[in-house]
Amino acid sequence: MSTAIRQFFKTFLLWELLLGMKLTGRHFFARKITVQYPDETTPISPRFRGLHALRRYPNGEERCIACKLCEAVCPALAITIESEERDDGTRRTSRYDIDLFKCIFCGFCEEACPVDSIVETHIMHYHFENRGEQIMTKDKLLAIGDKYEAQIAAARAVDAPYR
Amino acid sequence: MQQAMMEFWDGLPVIMQIMTKIMMIVGPLLLVVAYTTFAERKVIGYMQVRVGPNRVGPRGWLQPIADSLKLLLKEVIIPSNSDKYLFLIAPVLAIAPALAVWAVIPFDDGMVLADINAGLLYLLALSSVGVYGIIIAGWASNSRYALLGGMRSAAQIVSYEIAMGFALVGVVMAAGSLNLGEIVMSQQGSVYHWFLLPLFPLFLVYLISGVAETNRAPFDVAEGESEIVAGFHVEYSGMAFAIFFLAEYANMILISALTALLFLGGWLSPFEGILPESAFALPVIGWLLDSGIHWLLIKTAFFLFCFLWFRATFPRYRYDHIMRLGWKVLIPVTIVWLFVLGVAFALGIGPWFA
Repeated sequence: MSTAIRQFFKTFLLWELLLGMKLTGRHFFARKITVQYPDETTPISPRFRGLHALRRYPNGEERCIACKLCEAVCPALAITIESEERDDGTRRTSRYDIDLFKCIFCGFCEEACPVDSIVETHIMHYHFENRGEQIMTKDKLLAIGDKYEAQIAAARAVDAPYR
Repeated sequence: MQQAMMEFWDGLPVIMQIMTKIMMIVGPLLLVVAYTTFAERKVIGYMQVRVGPNRVGPRGWLQPIADSLKLLLKEVIIPSNSDKYLFLIAPVLAIAPALAVWAVIPFDDGMVLADINAGLLYLLALSSVGVYGIIIAGWASNSRYALLGGMRSAAQIVSYEIAMGFALVGVVMAAGSLNLGEIVMSQQGSVYHWFLLPLFPLFLVYLISGVAETNRAPFDVAEGESEIVAGFHVEYSGMAFAIFFLAEYANMILISALTALLFLGGWLSPFEGILPESAFALPVIGWLLDSGIHWLLIKTAFFLFCFLWFRATFPRYRYDHIMRLGWKVLIPVTIVWLFVLGVAFALGIGPWFA
């Protein structure tokens, strides 16, 4: 009987509804968690996998030795490599293409590379205007590597203890 | 100077005087409607722990202007199988009563466009006319969703009008008048004389049916996005669509203002009869503490905020639950309280019915 009476008053005094309004009322004054994206950004992990790049050694020699491990490990078959012997007798790539339409940004190529040549940078804003531009050629990849070397090296250094 | 102004005013033809008064009510009303949409997005955003619109103008203050400009420039698409005349007349039928009811709303003692003695009746009558706009919009669109939305909205508004009418009967009994100004004046005295206390259940019923009358969440099955896309206004675009929104928000403001007038003493100050007379004689503070239009605006703004608060808090009612609440809960509650009121009158329970 007493529970019925309590239930009656609870219902007609809109008790549960007031509890709900209290909750939203409290959130009204809470600190807002919105990140104003173009003006502010959330921190990026050093392991972030964005646009690819090919790196060079500090003396300017390209790292890639055309071992084709990345081509072999690539689950999307996005990498195409052709190699030849350079004038000084070393093996180098004559062609290194990544098709970004096929690439799934899994990072396996980076894991497979024995000389840390192919890497994925923090670049996430890029676009293509014409068909064919999605093929990242060796020249383009090396250019990206040259431009962002400082950032790439810093990210590798931070992550090194966990590798 | 003031003398000259008064003479100029009295010299104007009556029609000009009335038009000026109408402009002074409708102009600010439409501005408030525009900024209510902004306030709604901000308040709901804040309650969802985001910041809401803030890109247009400083802190987003120009958002409603941008929205209305966008809607003005958009094409009004008329579906090829619709009834063209009804389709175009429906938004007008929705907005006209929503604006016309403001004629009898007193903003301060004597500050009213048409001081008719059956103000409350006029108000009830016009707010039921608003439902025609919605039904006709649903019918003329020749769309299943629109028709379903129109039907739901019609059934809902008609059901809740009864509970609302009964709640108003209680107010009329307590005040002994249908004139809104006199209803407010009969609440004079102090906060305890406001009808909020003796008519508390009717106040709740009125507020709930007010939310349902304006098709607002949690009673917004008429537009229920998840079930029938947008309900009665699916086929509308551009300014025709905007007019439905204007009507909905104007009705929201009206219900808030009415709740303030009927139950919270309208423009009467809550400090009346509590602070000593000398407090009201102070230069600026005295004017602020004393009764005036600002108290009506504050009370209206509070209930308007509650409308947004409800929308941010409650999930949508199922259609049959809405009907159950209206017919089986709210109407019996009002009838019981009308009997209680009758007994209170017979026994002369003070300070309200003495």
